[in-house]
Amino acid sequence: MQGGVVIRVGSGGGSESGSMSTVSREDNMVVSSEDSSYPDESELELGLGLSLGGGFKIQQVSRGGQYARILTAKDFPSVVSADASSSPSPSSSSSSSSSSLSRANVTAGTKRSADSVAAANGSSQVVGWPPIRAYRMNSMVNQAKAVATEGFKSTMENHKNETSMLEKRTIGSYQNSGNSKLRKSLFVKVNMDGIPIGRKVDLNAHESYEKLAKTLEDMFLKNTTSVNPVGSRVREHEVARPSKLLDGSSDFVLTYEDKEGDWMLVGDVPWEMFVSSVKRLRIMRTSEATGLAPRLQERNQRQRSKPI
Amino acid sequence: MQKKMAYSFPDEVLEHVFSFIQSDKDRNAVSMVCKSWYEIERWCRRKIFIGNCYAVSPRIMIRRFPEIRSVELKGKPHFADFNLVPEGWGGYILPWIVEMAGAYPWLEEIRLKRMVVTDESLELIAKSFKNFKVLVLSFCEGFSTDGLAAIAASCKNLKELDLRESEVDDLSGHWLSHFPETYTSLVSLNISCLGSDEVSFSALERLVGRCPNLRTLQLNRAVPLDKIATILRRAPQLVEFGTGTYAAELRPDVFSNLAGAFSSCKELRSLSGFWDVVPAYLPAIYSVCSRISSLNLSYATIQSHDLIKLVCHCPSLQRLLVLDYIEDSGLEALASSCKDLQELRVFPSDPFGAEPNVSLTEQGLVAVSLGCPKLQSVLYFCHQMTNSALVNIAQNRPNLTRFRLCIIAPRKPDYVTLEPLDVGFGAIVQHCKDLRRLSLSGLLTDRVFEYIGTYAKKLEMLSVAFAGDSDLGLHHVLSGCESLRKLEIRDCSFGDKALLANAAKLETMRSLWMSSCSVSFGACKLLGQKMPRLNVEVIDERGPPDSRPESCPVEKLYIYRSVAGPRFDMPPFVWTMDDEDSALRLS
Repeated sequence: MQGGVVIRVGSGGGSESGSMSTVSREDNMVVSSEDSSYPDESELELGLGLSLGGGFKIQQVSRGGQYARILTAKDFPSVVSADASSSPSPSSSSSSSSSSLSRANVTAGTKRSADSVAAANGSSQVVGWPPIRAYRMNSMVNQAKAVATEGFKSTMENHKNETSMLEKRTIGSYQNSGNSKLRKSLFVKVNMDGIPIGRKVDLNAHESYEKLAKTLEDMFLKNTTSVNPVGSRVREHEVARPSKLLDGSSDFVLTYEDKEGDWMLVGDVPWEMFVSSVKRLRIMRTSEATGLAPRLQERNQRQRSKPI
Repeated sequence: MQKKMAYSFPDEVLEHVFSFIQSDKDRNAVSMVCKSWYEIERWCRRKIFIGNCYAVSPRIMIRRFPEIRSVELKGKPHFADFNLVPEGWGGYILPWIVEMAGAYPWLEEIRLKRMVVTDESLELIAKSFKNFKVLVLSFCEGFSTDGLAAIAASCKNLKELDLRESEVDDLSGHWLSHFPETYTSLVSLNISCLGSDEVSFSALERLVGRCPNLRTLQLNRAVPLDKIATILRRAPQLVEFGTGTYAAELRPDVFSNLAGAFSSCKELRSLSGFWDVVPAYLPAIYSVCSRISSLNLSYATIQSHDLIKLVCHCPSLQRLLVLDYIEDSGLEALASSCKDLQELRVFPSDPFGAEPNVSLTEQGLVAVSLGCPKLQSVLYFCHQMTNSALVNIAQNRPNLTRFRLCIIAPRKPDYVTLEPLDVGFGAIVQHCKDLRRLSLSGLLTDRVFEYIGTYAKKLEMLSVAFAGDSDLGLHHVLSGCESLRKLEIRDCSFGDKALLANAAKLETMRSLWMSSCSVSFGACKLLGQKMPRLNVEVIDERGPPDSRPESCPVEKLYIYRSVAGPRFDMPPFVWTMDDEDSALRLS
């Protein structure tokens, strides 16, 4: 294993198109390994045999800050000087300066993996950050719904105003991302008839039914014991095809359970409405989707009558 | 000539002596003294803790310890809490239950964390263990209220049912009614994770009323505030109580009823729940506050002044969980009122907001570190930090054992000096010599890892995100942290070198998690081939790793030591690198 592994991006059909984190890491590697005075190979023993024997030699790099330096806000003097003028007190002004600094870091450090993930994905999501348990996130979101639906009132006016403002802000944060780079995930369970192991899919990472169906097809309908001798990715060729799950041409249909407990066919309501009412998904055998059959037939008719 | 052992006690005497030795570590040490002690110890061990369910198989456990009464198992890696482990990864309890049903008919206690528990498993537990007493399911999933009904119906001696934050499929609220009318042994019930339709209140009320030993009761959110008084009056002996929703229209009769009910609970020491809080109802608990040692307000969306009023009523407080609405001013009040505070957790109210919404900064934590001499455990979400604050905290509180800091924006530097936070965290590990758990955040270079490797000799668990520059960082940790058991890393540019150079270290640890790093598939294969006692699992949802170049980094990597060999219950997106030539898992 040579150090400073440099992996080229986009090297034709054989390379990975699905993972954006690969893109970022490669950029990161280019910045940090090659440009720095990282200690050369002799500083780190690579052979497993020696490390197993415990007799390897590792020399500390002499501290002189000669190792890879990551980009900090200091590397962008114009931004720094503008913000350095504000007083560093624990008040909202300094916190706004620090957050604009972090924005500077975020935008300037385009080689950072998380941002590259975001940029490349076209979404602003870092999965699992900040590290808050899904249970807590769901509880905070559900607080709003409880407040809204029960028509809760308090006779203490100022408390009511303050509390509901607090709740709105809290819930708002947990429900949507605003313009932040860190968007909340909305994971729902997906089960497919005949497959015992369910999966979870993040609805907020998809903007449309087509994208969702594509992900689900990859998860469930793709044959993972890939028989492809060349090892090249089949996915690229499938990109252009319309979703089988949505157009009724497959043996399976995509259904969902809504908040009222009813099972519906996916795709009938606007995407946003779907996301706000879906509880879980099920890829159902077409033969079992009897209660939903009329919709299914309608869809098939609509498809057939579409001009090619 | 055979040399007789000087101490030839009968086995029963040794067994009696060993019965006073409870901790796993001590028991393990005892078993290593000599063969006869190993034999005696294994026959009289009653409790077992398995930190990674894949490190050992049920058969191996049963073979060595035939008389176990209490089992504790953990499944998924910690980062599963943050959706980093895809669904279907594993951690199934059923195979364990199946084996234990045959081998341990007298099993009394099962405690699980992050495992997949099905209704079938719960039904098997209910059927197989006649003296079953304790079921704790933390952060588990896969079961429904049907499984709970089976437990309720069959486990006549059940004392504890704790569903801590598990994901339960709601099918019916009537599972509670499956506890027979003759059942009276409940001591602890935590159903706070259940949804609205999952608990019948009248059944709950009757259950509480007929169980005189009930000490812990944590209700789910659906239980309205005006029902609390009813419950408390039936169980004034409660020590730990979790409310449901703490909101109602303000009515004096409801308030006084509630306050009266609380005041009759002389043993109450711990309060939690507090969803949807109406601040005007908080004074109802003031009568018990002076004795309260643990308070979980982490779902209470109330403002700083209400929080301050509350904590100032709680001088005996040892543990506080709260939202960042408490702000620096609230934490200062906490520091002056609660001198016995040992654990503080501050959660973010607005984690995805572009700007901080409350005035909670590093100053709040500094104040608590200064004012609370017994503070040991910290979990703190905030938007800004400085090296000097961290140095202050370290110097004030060298007795810290757990320090988890989450600066919400990744890679954020010291907001005053714009430097990385290496020096600050370095001070933490240098001064807090008994630090066992550390979570890093903010802008960090390889230097912080050098500090950690140099000073954090008692560190057992380290969580790293968006940090470091190069493999040297990882190498410092792996080579320097002698007590390291669990290491979890995400989004750091650590690659093959440090991992391969410290392969032996991995066998001394429970597990290593690396996701969105730069470890190549080739390195994983090499590690799997050379280290037979490690399971090297590659998690990659892009498809088989050998369909990409060997130098291609894997998405996620989970390495753990195991005497059970590679597992066979993996989903299609997990591959074990084992010592066969082909790294492809044969399905």
